[in-house]
Amino acid sequence: MKEPILQMKKIGKSFPGVRALDGVDFEIRSGEVVALAGENGAGKSTLMKILGGVYQPDEGEIFVDGEQARIGEVSDAIRFGIGFVHQELNVLDNLTVAENVFLGREPRIFGYLIDRKRLNSEARPFLEILGLDVAPQTPLNVLSIAKRQLVEIAKALSLNARILILDEPTSSLTLTETDRLLEVIKDLRDRGIAVIYISHRLGEIREIADRVVTLRDGRNAGVLARDEISHDAIVRQMVGRDIKREKRTDRAETGDAMLKVRDLRTSRYPEKPISFDVRKGEILGFAGLVGAGRTEAAQAIFGVDRPVSGTLEIDGTRASISDAGDAIANGIYLVPEDRRQAGLILEIPIRENITLPALARYSKRGLVTRSAETDVAVRMSEKLKIKTPSVETPAGNLSGGNQQKVVLAKWLSLEPKVLIFDEPTRGIDVGAKSEIYELMRGLAANGVAIMMISSDMEEIINESDRVAVMHEGSITGILDGDNASEESIMKLAVGSV
Amino acid sequence: MKKELGIFVLLAVVCGVLAVLSPEFLSATNLQNLARLIGIFGIFSIGTGIVIITGGIDLSVGSVFALLGVILSILLVEYKVPAALAIIIVLAMTTFLGLIHGLLVTKVKIQPFIVTLCGLLFYRGLSRYITDDNTKGFGNAAGFETLQSVATGSLFGIPTPFVLLVVIGTIMWVVLHRSVWGRYLFAVGRNETASMFSGINTSVMIASAYVIGGLLAGVSGIVLAFYTNSVSPSSHGNSYELYGIAAAVLGGCSLRGGTGSIIGIFIGTALLQVLQNLVNLLGIPSSLNFAVMGVVIMLGVIADQVLQTRNAK
Repeated sequence: MKEPILQMKKIGKSFPGVRALDGVDFEIRSGEVVALAGENGAGKSTLMKILGGVYQPDEGEIFVDGEQARIGEVSDAIRFGIGFVHQELNVLDNLTVAENVFLGREPRIFGYLIDRKRLNSEARPFLEILGLDVAPQTPLNVLSIAKRQLVEIAKALSLNARILILDEPTSSLTLTETDRLLEVIKDLRDRGIAVIYISHRLGEIREIADRVVTLRDGRNAGVLARDEISHDAIVRQMVGRDIKREKRTDRAETGDAMLKVRDLRTSRYPEKPISFDVRKGEILGFAGLVGAGRTEAAQAIFGVDRPVSGTLEIDGTRASISDAGDAIANGIYLVPEDRRQAGLILEIPIRENITLPALARYSKRGLVTRSAETDVAVRMSEKLKIKTPSVETPAGNLSGGNQQKVVLAKWLSLEPKVLIFDEPTRGIDVGAKSEIYELMRGLAANGVAIMMISSDMEEIINESDRVAVMHEGSITGILDGDNASEESIMKLAVGSV
Repeated sequence: MKKELGIFVLLAVVCGVLAVLSPEFLSATNLQNLARLIGIFGIFSIGTGIVIITGGIDLSVGSVFALLGVILSILLVEYKVPAALAIIIVLAMTTFLGLIHGLLVTKVKIQPFIVTLCGLLFYRGLSRYITDDNTKGFGNAAGFETLQSVATGSLFGIPTPFVLLVVIGTIMWVVLHRSVWGRYLFAVGRNETASMFSGINTSVMIASAYVIGGLLAGVSGIVLAFYTNSVSPSSHGNSYELYGIAAAVLGGCSLRGGTGSIIGIFIGTALLQVLQNLVNLLGIPSSLNFAVMGVVIMLGVIADQVLQTRNAK
């Protein structure tokens, strides 16, 4: 067996009050894809940030090519051939593809002027390796997120990266884009690059990883070789227990339509009216590729993105909704896709986040009653098992899963009739995911109509009573739970009949 | 509270030093003058602070003072309009200007800096045009002595503008820190998108901040006009908007929005006026006035930054 290109030995790192890493070992060989798994807060990001030179370890040693490497800052990491593609892309969308690839290292004329010709011609080979079929002079802002990500990978390759860290690279990609990226990764692996792949999507890990290294609570929780990798095995190591992961069988008898949407035309697809019903006690999954118009439909129903036309009926009564306030008054609530930007105000306490949509309930004559607020915040955070020292903690200090619970708490403290989830478990660890599914099922059992938009196929298939599939603004089909399979959904999602 | 403590300490230190260097600082006359100025500046600074909490800015205040001053003079002196009516007209005007600013920011989506910069230029030019650049005054104030006493008089030895500031400050404290409106305002300033997704009408919230800013500028402006007793259209209120912004920033209002407090703005205003007083009392050339203020504000903000990074660690 080849010598590892990278070895991290007994890495320890503490932050005030938290032991983030405790004696963690990690190694990878050239031409190997190692998936790094673990719940949020398990230490994956910290370990990778140490490798990338963002953090300094308190203890432990790093060896590159068998030689001890001191990685004091990001430039050291680059010198050792470590390329880091962060979850939030670090590309500038006011520059071209080639300018991004060579940012800070542009070929020059006379030492001051940028040599555009060479800039573009030197960028081309890296784009070709990645199968990125855009011209080097294309402005980045016309590219999809998937392509921008490839530009970032090209940048890493142009820095002679031999170890490539990909942190949640598929979290905002469509299914086809994900498949494309996985192909690119396989190709890079065959070219001898060591790829460290961080993802919550166990299906991708299963497909691509040669080895899975799992962290739990800042320690090594186990390693799985290629032939041992399975969904259950990874989850068991991540959470240290078995989690049931199966298609829900407790499908409630669904009632009449709670929400009737007729001829809704969103501003993005004004020429494509959509109509559908969500019944009481039903989870209606919304599948489709990114950009299929699912989020737009949800935001139109919730009133934040005013529809061009269309009618809504809630529990048999016609509702006119021109802003989110109207939707909320009608019992329609949205758990948005972008939790950190639209779902929560990160800097303010959990209490204030929870009471924000219905502050009038916790106030007298326009003045807020603090004790009433605290009561409901404490009650909701106990009910939803939000892990926090107090309800006065800023929402931004919580982990992704707990943040999502705060968003839910906002709505569950009211009386939801229709609850729309847009990517409810994106970036959320396995443990919190199943808690959110529990909550969703509980709500449905109480007669709430649930619309669940998701790009996670397992989630759609396991959780939905029916699945509506959208393609370029139209609903191409609504499948019964029994008929919803990956193939049947994909067929409708790509628009082929 | 912690946030205001730093600036409060700074204020106390400056006052202490000044009291030692110049005994006159603690004289009744000086303290009364100081309180009067803090009153006048504090009232509109609260308005500026509220606008800044939404993530906006108001550059038009100084020019609004000039426009309001000349109109007030024309109404009272030339048209003999009853004082109460004149005040209502002027307050309605500045409130309306605030509303226009608010609508331009929220409906036409122009950046607050641009909207109020245009206001700054437009109102100044307008005041100079209507007066033909002639200074307007209130003469011996025959017929509106009560009005003038609001600016120059005292209640139980406390200058009326200061009393006015305490009253308005208390009301605005309740509104900003205890009411639903205040909570929404901070929420919108922190994160407009998330506020919208929580059902808050963000446009109404932001526009209302400019409306309140306009109203408070009107109140301050009326007091100021009677305090100076003459309004020179080209210089009256010049760069006063910067005092408001400086007071708000010193008092903990981030220009990014979402933070700030009435107490902080109050202390910030007081600090600026004490500094001005310091320049006068210590015989520092008054041309250095702005330089002293610039340095102290910078030091205050740096100290705040340092404290915050230390707290974050």
